[in-house]
Amino acid sequence: MFERRRIQASGEGSLRLRLPREERDLLRALPAQLRSLLDDAPEDPSLERLFPPAYDDTESEADYRRLMRDELLDGRRRALETLEETLDSERLSAEEAQAWLTALNDLRLVLGTRLDVSEDELLERLDPADPRAPTLGLYAYLSWLQEQLVEALEVDLPK
Amino acid sequence: MTMVPREQGGLRGIPRRATATIAAVTTLAPAEVEVEEPRGADEPEYDRPWIVIVWNDPINLMSYVTLVFQKLFGYDKAKATKLMLQVHNEGKAVVSSGTREKAEYDVARLHAHGLWATMRRD
Repeated sequence: MFERRRIQASGEGSLRLRLPREERDLLRALPAQLRSLLDDAPEDPSLERLFPPAYDDTESEADYRRLMRDELLDGRRRALETLEETLDSERLSAEEAQAWLTALNDLRLVLGTRLDVSEDELLERLDPADPRAPTLGLYAYLSWLQEQLVEALEVDLPK
Repeated sequence: MTMVPREQGGLRGIPRRATATIAAVTTLAPAEVEVEEPRGADEPEYDRPWIVIVWNDPINLMSYVTLVFQKLFGYDKAKATKLMLQVHNEGKAVVSSGTREKAEYDVARLHAHGLWATMRRD
């Protein structure tokens, strides 16, 4: 199934996407789902990894939240929008590639938190009878795709 | 942190057709999840710089964390990898330091990339 590389470096941080149709369709529903979670249930516990505390003390933390929360939220929404808008592209600009990096990681953070995954839990125990199997499968797919994205983006970094 | 097992070549156990149905079954609707709170400083020391600490978590990929350190701080691959491994093996690492403003800026950028970062006086 995954014999072929899905994401390749294409110079100066831009990428070439070789995603089959069914994988693009799989990804299609996800950005909107996460955006509505951010909009409608901002206190949902599965979002905690997206907005971790910066400070130990309550007062500084409240200031940090007041200053940064909206900006962090906007950045995440924009990345999800870019992922959505470029899902059928064959190429991604450097800027779009960074949005994919953020959006795929945010989706993994929410799914992984929801699944309460451990470090070694990606593929070994994918039991079809497990009610979590579809979500674990999706999480594993996103992890595999993000690994390729990271490898492609490393190509254009200084060594 | 975690990594994708290479020897398995990806998603063993998921038939090709299943990927199309996963999105339909998977939902991101609200759920009850417990997340550990990171620990910060005990006593502030007013003559010391602020340090930015990244904590280990089970979700972020090791390769991704290394890439983020390179991208945000301009560290070379060797330094970024060393810091990533310190986070992975020891549970945390100091990744930058400076004034409170600089530390807060760095923490916010790490948060924007989904890393578990906190700051405190050294």
